[in-house]
Amino acid sequence: MKVVENLLGKVKPIFDKGGKLEKLYPMYDALETFAFVPDHTTHKGAHIRDSIDMKRTMFLVIVALIPCLLFGIYNTGYQHFMALQQEATFMEMVVFGLWKAIPLIIVSYGVGLGVEFIFCIIKGHAIQEGFLVSGMLIPLIMPMDVPLWMVAIATAFAVLIAKEVFGGTGMNILNVALTARAFLFFAYPTMMSGNKVWVNAEGGAVVDGYTGETLLGQAISSGANFYDTAGVAYASVSDSFMASFLGFIPGSIGETSTLAILIGAGILLWTGIASWRIMLSAVIGGAVMGLIFNIVGPQISPENLYLQVPWWHQLVMGGFMFGVVFMATDPVSAAQTFKGKVIYGFLIGILGILIRVANPAYPEGIMLAILFMNVMAPTIDHYVIQGNISKRLKRLKTA
Amino acid sequence: MSKAIKIKKGADIKLIGKADKTTSAATQSKVFALKPDDFFGTTPKLSVKEGAEVKAGSPLFYDKTRTRVKFTSPVSGEVVEIKRGAKRKILEVKVLADSETRYETFSSWTGGSDREALVTTMLDMGLWPFVKQRPYGVIATPEDTPRDIFVSFFNSAPLAPEAAFVLESEKDNVQLALDALNLLTSGNVHIGVKTGDSFFDSFTGVTKHSIQGPHPAGNVGVLIHHVAPINKGEMVWTVNGMDLALIGRSLKAGQFKAERTIALAGSEVENPQFYTTMIGAKMDSIVAGKLKGDNIRIINGDPLTGDTVFEDGHLGFYNSQVTVLPEGDHKKFFLTDGWLAPGFNSFSLSKAFPSWLNPKKEYRLDTNLNGEERAFVVTGELEKVFPFDIYPMQLIKSIMVNDIDAMEKLGIYEVLPEDFALCEFACTSKVDIQQVVEDGLADMRKEFES
Repeated sequence: MKVVENLLGKVKPIFDKGGKLEKLYPMYDALETFAFVPDHTTHKGAHIRDSIDMKRTMFLVIVALIPCLLFGIYNTGYQHFMALQQEATFMEMVVFGLWKAIPLIIVSYGVGLGVEFIFCIIKGHAIQEGFLVSGMLIPLIMPMDVPLWMVAIATAFAVLIAKEVFGGTGMNILNVALTARAFLFFAYPTMMSGNKVWVNAEGGAVVDGYTGETLLGQAISSGANFYDTAGVAYASVSDSFMASFLGFIPGSIGETSTLAILIGAGILLWTGIASWRIMLSAVIGGAVMGLIFNIVGPQISPENLYLQVPWWHQLVMGGFMFGVVFMATDPVSAAQTFKGKVIYGFLIGILGILIRVANPAYPEGIMLAILFMNVMAPTIDHYVIQGNISKRLKRLKTA
Repeated sequence: MSKAIKIKKGADIKLIGKADKTTSAATQSKVFALKPDDFFGTTPKLSVKEGAEVKAGSPLFYDKTRTRVKFTSPVSGEVVEIKRGAKRKILEVKVLADSETRYETFSSWTGGSDREALVTTMLDMGLWPFVKQRPYGVIATPEDTPRDIFVSFFNSAPLAPEAAFVLESEKDNVQLALDALNLLTSGNVHIGVKTGDSFFDSFTGVTKHSIQGPHPAGNVGVLIHHVAPINKGEMVWTVNGMDLALIGRSLKAGQFKAERTIALAGSEVENPQFYTTMIGAKMDSIVAGKLKGDNIRIINGDPLTGDTVFEDGHLGFYNSQVTVLPEGDHKKFFLTDGWLAPGFNSFSLSKAFPSWLNPKKEYRLDTNLNGEERAFVVTGELEKVFPFDIYPMQLIKSIMVNDIDAMEKLGIYEVLPEDFALCEFACTSKVDIQQVVEDGLADMRKEFES
């Protein structure tokens, strides 16, 4: 470690002011501060500081994403061989999944960090850690067969338009990863929905009756009467619930397994990095909306089976949980006050299920719900804070 | 009368090196100094020149705008140096002490109802600067009458001395000082004590509030906020409980008696304990020979709000604690003790480091920033250590963009930088929050008081 420190010290003059590569100082700084927490000290005020920093925080979010990533890799292979009804070992499935997922991750990080580096060099800022999480989230919310150039465009679009034009990390209004997905969803809809994109079925013929739809897609046409990837109906609703809870269903890479997401949620909540208020209220919001559809559905539109999908089933399908746990809790784009977070989360839950059910053209309602609430979050905070202000003014009048 | 206040938000940071409850005399300091920077919001004008002879209680400088507020010499002797900084700003006024202290005599005050006489005595003697005003945390204006006066006897900051221990031998003087405060306000004198501390039961003429909870529960700002918050246009005064012995003692004698008992604490002190010394004593008279290493930081005050001082610096006017911590000016490799390390010796209020496994453990924390300054993004962490009905993040942001109207609406009148000390400690983005708040208060004062 002393060796690394000396080496970094030796090349530093090249990047310092007046050095040959002074413009690239942010890159050197990023590398150095990655390896060493710098020797910056406090000056006055709080002479001691908490050990936590942005790197630790972001790293823990990545850790929380690992269960989703690992399961997603496995499931990509699993779905592939299921569709083709081919025998495959666990390792073969994992290797197939890696083959699909690794390029997506590389492209996402490469393009995103590239854009970020360019902006930091132009503006002379230090490189901030925000994209470390966005760069992992983007591949996890993509169908595994999405062309890499689309991911590249979407990532560049998201970093540029959602983040850098607002002033960089911490200034963005919309969640960066979701912006990337929304961009693809509207720009290349055929690659982001339907029944062709969720499972890779190359290298063989799919079995008879195979649909390749996500459960959300099936639910629109057949209510809770789901079929597995091979087109065979699950024996019961609880069977199909378990399938989507555990995640052995087609879908975007990281979002299928509610169990893996819950492990990640546990890490985020235990370390206190994500807000439990947002998560809890969003789940309650989703449940309430699902319940309303369950109750009202059979009366107003008995032929629409989608309305009758049990509310607890709605919560484990699609990207709802993934969005609630990893996207809605992004502290930059979420509401910032405690009360605001509760309202913000609850409305995300309500809107997510509402959009999903009421407009089947957008099966992934949670994405739009979160983006919409990102925009509304400052307004919610404004009214919460106004409440505090008027309490203070009232005290003045009564005093 | 006693009212209980329970504080839930906050945190006690456990540090190695709590002062042992024994008191000895510090080495006699030869040179004493008053530092105008200790007095937030005052512009010093010198009353003496280099070479002048002064007695204990003779004014060294006074406030330019409120000329009655004087800052007096703690000892008798010769003014040996007026240390100036950039733009000839006065940094220190140093007095070489006589071997025997000669006192300026003032009329003593041991009771009575002549408010103006008391105020004049306090002003002339140099006791007035102990009386501070809220909002803004500046020295009180003698012509004002405050709504109430608040005194906290609960020192909840890390390694802070227990008020009951320090004031034990001077109960009468403290009572006399409280009587004096009672005369200064038209309202009540509210005192805050730690729940279960019976030492303060016998004090009369005050409204007692028992406070329970983690730091900053003992901050006088928290006491005010939970007893009777400050509204726009109102003013209260505060006095540090630890200063009352000195005030009472001086009023009784009619002489400026600047002795005080301080705690010398921190992980880099051999045998941390209490010492008796005087305001403005040179730091090496207190710490010389008692420190463990060279690469250390000496802090006038507690580790969350104090000022850095060097061995040739001087004890501050208000400080009853000197803390010595290891300097953190070295790089930390990310795998062994940086951001990716397990971090068993790192302390965090969050559960991102394993310090929550062992809540009783005492830590040796250094002055490293433990990260780099980042965009102010993480929400919710400040609120956990801020026991006010105020939105800390929004208030800080309103100060950053210098929105006077928003600052006022969000409650800046009720806070001082010290109330944000734990927020600054907790901040993931490493923003110097106390400096921001101090700037905000200075801006507000400029806006309304000139």
